[in-house]
Amino acid sequence: MTTVAELPAGFADKVLSAQSTFRSVMDAMARPGSIQRIASMAGTPDTMMRGTAAIALTLFDHDTPVWLDGRMSATANIAKWLKFHTSAPIVADSSIAGFALVGDPQSLPALDRFAFGSNEYPDRSTTLILQVESLTDGPTTELRGPGIDGTVTLRASIQPQDLFERLVINAALFPRGIDVVLVHDDAIVAIPRTTRLVRGG
Amino acid sequence: MNAPAYNFAYLDEQTKRMIRRAILKAIAIPGYQVPFASREMPMPYGWGTGGVQVTAAILGPDDVLKVIDQGSDDTTNAISIRKFFGKTAGVATTTATADATVIQTRHRIPEAPLHAGQVLVYQVPIPEPLRFLEPRETETRRMHALGEYGLMHVKLYEDIARFGHIATSYAYPVKVNARYVMDPSPTPKFDNPKMDNCPALQLFGAGREKRIYAIPPHTDVVSLDFEDHPFTRYRFDAPCALCGAGDSYLDEIVTDDKGGRMFVCSDTDYCESRQQAGHRGSESAAPHKERAHG
Repeated sequence: MTTVAELPAGFADKVLSAQSTFRSVMDAMARPGSIQRIASMAGTPDTMMRGTAAIALTLFDHDTPVWLDGRMSATANIAKWLKFHTSAPIVADSSIAGFALVGDPQSLPALDRFAFGSNEYPDRSTTLILQVESLTDGPTTELRGPGIDGTVTLRASIQPQDLFERLVINAALFPRGIDVVLVHDDAIVAIPRTTRLVRGG
Repeated sequence: MNAPAYNFAYLDEQTKRMIRRAILKAIAIPGYQVPFASREMPMPYGWGTGGVQVTAAILGPDDVLKVIDQGSDDTTNAISIRKFFGKTAGVATTTATADATVIQTRHRIPEAPLHAGQVLVYQVPIPEPLRFLEPRETETRRMHALGEYGLMHVKLYEDIARFGHIATSYAYPVKVNARYVMDPSPTPKFDNPKMDNCPALQLFGAGREKRIYAIPPHTDVVSLDFEDHPFTRYRFDAPCALCGAGDSYLDEIVTDDKGGRMFVCSDTDYCESRQQAGHRGSESAAPHKERAHG
């Protein structure tokens, strides 16, 4: 059994690490498809990547129900680490989650299992954090939307392969929808609900 | 025992996390007003408590902060907020628009074009563009949900019926990304076109009304109008009396009690940098006099 003393560490400097991580996430969200780096590093429990851990320490707290997929909840270490460092409640029902951590995107549940928000409060939706194979190699995807000057090309190896096809529901649902943050190691790419697929994927 | 008891940039970490989450959702849903748990700040409502909270949540030690009030870096509000963050976050401050990474503004957008990587933070008094037309929050929220903005067009039409043109001159409503009608805060409508396809990120904070909203970079922002009454900018038909600029937004300054007046740039940084570049207006001090004593 893991005791608290054996848990991987959080940020060394909570305040400034959270600030720089947030700015990376904010820039990613404001410029969909662009790769942002997370400089501040913390310990990583089990299969959690460095970027995911930093985002969790930056954005999660007792106000954010967090849902973990099968890979993330394979052992209790990640839930324990999250609970200790962020006090975020871990929920089994993905439809009430503020954030969903997905370590095995291949078996990502159908998107309608997550919260889309309501037409009155579209902000009450789940932010998906997907750990992917690569954000530099793989098939190319051309995207457009707010935050993008014309179009942007994302070269990434993403599971599930039909992620962008699944995200097409964002167009019909808008302003409701799902915002996605793709993480590989310390690199992140955000795909907010306004981003549309031009080609590829 | 007078050691400063404040966190970096004044706000506690839990508050920053809450504001940061609201900012992310605001960026993901351009023009939608995200409710947030606004805190009491050590300044009164109306002095930019919303903008200050947004700035405090995004500011880092490497940022360079500029604060303007009606375009001016030198007014009480601008100076006190600049000093506030100089003291609580230790950030570098500047008055030069191009050098700043974060610009907090009250009621103006700088004349110098903004560039990618900059964040413009607006102080917003009334974030709801429909509030003066429909006082009930439940109703305005439903109107936004349905994208039902007929009331706003009726208001602009009534302007035309009464005055012959759209008389709204500031807080001129815009439509963001062809979906949400948004209040650009009480900026003069002269500034509205600068919001469209702007390379910088624009964040809006309303402290008393507890709302945060955003326009991502390169987003369509359209001022509402009619085919036969298209949107027009307005500026006083005069050059700046200090720098001679013919393209900047002007303040009217009364100079005596006999009807004397002059027009000067509202953006002090723009005006000063033009003067430094040698531009002169009708009221400029003669340059040779200044040099004689220098």
